[in-house]
Amino acid sequence: MMEFSWIIPLFPLLSFVLILFFGKKLKHFSAYLGIGFVGISFVLSIFTLIERFSNPTYKKEFIWIKIGESHLSAGYEVNQLNALMLFIVSLVSFLVHIYSNGYMKGDKRFPIFYGYLGLFTAAMLALVISPNLLQMYVFWELVGLGSFLLIGFYNTKESAKEAAKKAFIMTRIGDTGFLVGILLLYSKVGTFNFNEIFYAVQAGVLSPRALTVVGLLIFIGAMGKSGQFPLHTWLPDAMEGPTPVSALIHAATMVAAGVYLVATMFPLFVASKTILLIVSIIGGLTAIFAASIGLVQKDLKKILAYSTISQLGYMMLALGSAGYVAGVFHLTTHAFFKALLFLAAGSVIHAVHTQNIDEMGGLWRKMKFTAPLFLIGTLALTGIPLLSGFFSKDEILISVWNHGNPFLFIIAIVTAFMTSFYMFRVFFIVFFGDTSENSKRAHESSLWMIIPMFILGILAVVSGYINTSWFGTYLGNWILDGNEYIKGTHESASTWIMSLGVIVSGLGIYLAWEIYVRKNQKLLRFVNPEGTTYRILSNRYYMDEIYGVTVVPMTRFFSIFLSFIEIVFVKGIMKLVVYIFSLFSTIFIKIQNGQAQTYGAIAFLGLAIVIFLLVLTGGYFKWIL
Amino acid sequence: MENVPLQAYLLLALALFCIGMYGALTKKNSVIVLISIELMLNAANINLVAFSKYGVLPSINGQIFALFSIVIAAAQSAVGIAILIAAYRNKNTVNMNLFNKLKN
Repeated sequence: MMEFSWIIPLFPLLSFVLILFFGKKLKHFSAYLGIGFVGISFVLSIFTLIERFSNPTYKKEFIWIKIGESHLSAGYEVNQLNALMLFIVSLVSFLVHIYSNGYMKGDKRFPIFYGYLGLFTAAMLALVISPNLLQMYVFWELVGLGSFLLIGFYNTKESAKEAAKKAFIMTRIGDTGFLVGILLLYSKVGTFNFNEIFYAVQAGVLSPRALTVVGLLIFIGAMGKSGQFPLHTWLPDAMEGPTPVSALIHAATMVAAGVYLVATMFPLFVASKTILLIVSIIGGLTAIFAASIGLVQKDLKKILAYSTISQLGYMMLALGSAGYVAGVFHLTTHAFFKALLFLAAGSVIHAVHTQNIDEMGGLWRKMKFTAPLFLIGTLALTGIPLLSGFFSKDEILISVWNHGNPFLFIIAIVTAFMTSFYMFRVFFIVFFGDTSENSKRAHESSLWMIIPMFILGILAVVSGYINTSWFGTYLGNWILDGNEYIKGTHESASTWIMSLGVIVSGLGIYLAWEIYVRKNQKLLRFVNPEGTTYRILSNRYYMDEIYGVTVVPMTRFFSIFLSFIEIVFVKGIMKLVVYIFSLFSTIFIKIQNGQAQTYGAIAFLGLAIVIFLLVLTGGYFKWIL
Repeated sequence: MENVPLQAYLLLALALFCIGMYGALTKKNSVIVLISIELMLNAANINLVAFSKYGVLPSINGQIFALFSIVIAAAQSAVGIAILIAAYRNKNTVNMNLFNKLKN
């Protein structure tokens, strides 16, 4: 199957094209079309993954463009990471396709929603099998387009349009860095191909300074897509899109593309200590920063969005601490439990028609399936033992302890505490809080929505067992096998770190219980909405406002300056050329008066001139030749 | 007639051609313009006949060409007059200055 893995992204693309042209006729059937095609991709991805377990990496490249001596190639590659990503992306996409059939029911633009989902899935699947940076960049941008279309799906809503634009522009800042990094790397190494780049890096072709600059630029691209501080502000706003979209793009797949990029380029990052340190610091900072904002937000989806940013920061922290396995492992488990949380949140929002958690409450009895599934996702995210998040988080903490700064380790622990606190705050308020007006009318969602959540729930529980220090580190062994560049990035277990992780998570849950269920008066004072800290947090550290008074006016000033240059110089020169030609034309236009006799006179005049010249030269066109 | 030189014929043809050109380019009445064009054609015919007798290689060919040219001129003037009549019906005038539809 690996030889044919290029076919996997084609099915969702086909569904996009078909729905684009026949969506109006297909109507509701387009959902089944989309589900069917992505289902085929999913099945093929499973085959590919299974085959990759026992076979070596498959890679095929052909020459795409030839320019003089150098050539650009295109192709596909199935290594461990790619096969794993194919599986994750197609699985989550498949489940979201099914879920959307229930969630988006009755929407006016229902068919095109499936079209966009297909486009995004195709781009994402193609991204993860790209064997070179250039091809990856192409699909990187396409994925951004899919995200833009889906965030702005409710195109009658002003805020959704704004959010879509913001997401597009913010990620573009990162993409520009990425592109410059790619080109810089090409100018130094002369190739886009991953393996050749890694070989050149090992051979020491790049100077340490060039390596740091290139690594930093590529990391800026990853920051933009993965919502790392300070380019994170688009991700919470992206929650304006439909909830299935948030689950697919802004939790499980696209935002993980940044982490995937760093993981793919890991040999390059490992070669420079500086760049690894930057990655881990940015990751740690993002993790604690986003988690602290998540503590006080009131919008259910925004809390999950900040949680996503925080967890992505965690993954970056792991990668920056040389924890390749930890980062990829957490990427996998996070994809499952965060998609589950988003889908469950979507189910809740679908039932109560609001996103404000203060207007929810007492849903535990009303939603017999959604509530336990949300609990599973929450437990997995907080890192409660035996669930998937526990193992991956533990792996990250060990990596940070062994390789990172002790300060970063403290940040990681505090983040774990905050994570469990804000997740259980949401859980207690939404499912055990006082029953509100909206909750009274709530009802359980349809089976279309329950079944995907159920599957993700199972995966959120069991996916951790692919890499445990108790039963075997299958994932770690497999993913490092035959990959000479990243050997020795796997850690042995440590009991005290595991215990510490569990203790802080438990503490967070207990605190949330005391404040939001028992309503402990002493502790409630700490969550006073009038407090300065609370206000800063609920205003997201005023990041948007800071951008509003710094970056935005600066950009505006710069663009006014540029437009001045354009008007004066570029336009001036252009106008001059036009003026010269129009001057000539006003002379010649006088001759064109429609009088046949004038034309005739001019023709004869020309003839006379020609004859005169011929007489002068003796009958030959010597003066021309 | 034997002693009339070639130059005399050519000068006659030149005079005819210039008169015809002057008429074709300056006259307002389109009927006169048409007649002037005939004059220019006939100037060419005179040249053909003259060269057929006094040219470097005298032969009957020039005169045959002249005959063809006369036939073509007749056909051309028939077409020209037809166009002229059509234009007159359309514009109700034969004034050349008003036939300026070519503009725009």
